[in-house]
Amino acid sequence: MHNYILQLGDNSLILGHRISEWCGHGPVLEQDIALTNIALDHVGQARMYYQLASTMEPGKTEDDYAYLRTVTEYKNLLLLEQENKDFGYTIARSFYYDQFHLLLLRALKSCGNKDLSEIAAQAYKEVSYHCRFSSDWVKRLGDGTEESHRRIQRALDDFFPYTAEFFTPSEADNYVSGKYGVDLSKLSSQWSVIVENIVREATLTMPTTPYPQLGGKQGHHSEKLGFILTELQYMQRTYPNSTW
Amino acid sequence: MVNQSSIREQLSTEIQDIYNVLDTVLDPEVPVLTVVDLGIIRSVRKENGTIQVDICPTYSGCPALDVIAIDIKFALDQACFTNSKVNYILDQPWTTDWISEDGKRKLKEYGIAPPQGSPDKGQLGEMDKTIICPICDSKNTEMISAFGSTACKSLYRCKDCLEPFDYFKCH
Repeated sequence: MHNYILQLGDNSLILGHRISEWCGHGPVLEQDIALTNIALDHVGQARMYYQLASTMEPGKTEDDYAYLRTVTEYKNLLLLEQENKDFGYTIARSFYYDQFHLLLLRALKSCGNKDLSEIAAQAYKEVSYHCRFSSDWVKRLGDGTEESHRRIQRALDDFFPYTAEFFTPSEADNYVSGKYGVDLSKLSSQWSVIVENIVREATLTMPTTPYPQLGGKQGHHSEKLGFILTELQYMQRTYPNSTW
Repeated sequence: MVNQSSIREQLSTEIQDIYNVLDTVLDPEVPVLTVVDLGIIRSVRKENGTIQVDICPTYSGCPALDVIAIDIKFALDQACFTNSKVNYILDQPWTTDWISEDGKRKLKEYGIAPPQGSPDKGQLGEMDKTIICPICDSKNTEMISAFGSTACKSLYRCKDCLEPFDYFKCH
């Protein structure tokens, strides 16, 4: 159970951190603010999960999970640590994940675990805005100019192999599925229908791949996560136990 | 929300006094709303001599929450309720339905369009709603961005008086 909560928390923290890199660099002011708001939601959600995890492990605080774990201890999905690259890649990454995230939270909202369902109910409201934002942009870029169409298609193609990890259960996923009935395989078909419809509406082509990228949930990450943690953990690593 | 003044009359004098203190604590990001107007005070009670104040977050990433907790503690200390504790609770997610009528009026006067309608129908219908300009009451408005200056607001523009304004999202 503890690992499952960390998995959820790590997803939120790492994606939140990635999106926050846009702060001050957004293509226009409104989108800069939107991305920063979304990043804040994710980091806030990560805090709720880490606070819950810390109640299960005496002596730990939420900060210990964020600042004092190494790359191999992080359990986030590989997709979420991928770099922002251009706006299209950022949108494609969020689009795939937001649609999955909303389905997962919907299932968790009504699962039998009180703590998890409370966090999920809170997060669900926020993530419905994220879904609206990223899917609107997929449509706008796909059905926009030749250049925007080409770039969002490329981003969707490049990130698609990472989406298989959403639905490939880890030990922690299996535990929660067995105990609380949150079944990833059911979410998989729902996700495909929703995503394909939006991709089609955006005049884009749904990618396929025989080569799924897996391993994040088991702590096998790309080198990119190391760079995130270097920045994220710099203060605590350099000045241990510092507070302000 | 249920009429707050009638609920309050049923409380003990001490708890009523505490609510009177909470009426002076403002939301740092919307400094016309008190924490009571905002509907984030979920419970006030006395346990073994300690005053327990339960508050809930509006949005999980809201950076104002920690500041609000400190402000509440400070206000209670100032009013000589020195033994108090502020707890965060999540048992039900906060909704704009909990903002008091008084709070909605104050929002409008401050230039922020108050949440309109009920969030029950889902947030996604939200963007298609007609939002009334808080300045000239025109219905001829358009959304500029679903995400405004803080997590709880969207950015709109009035096509009649041409002023941009914040809309407190139905949530």
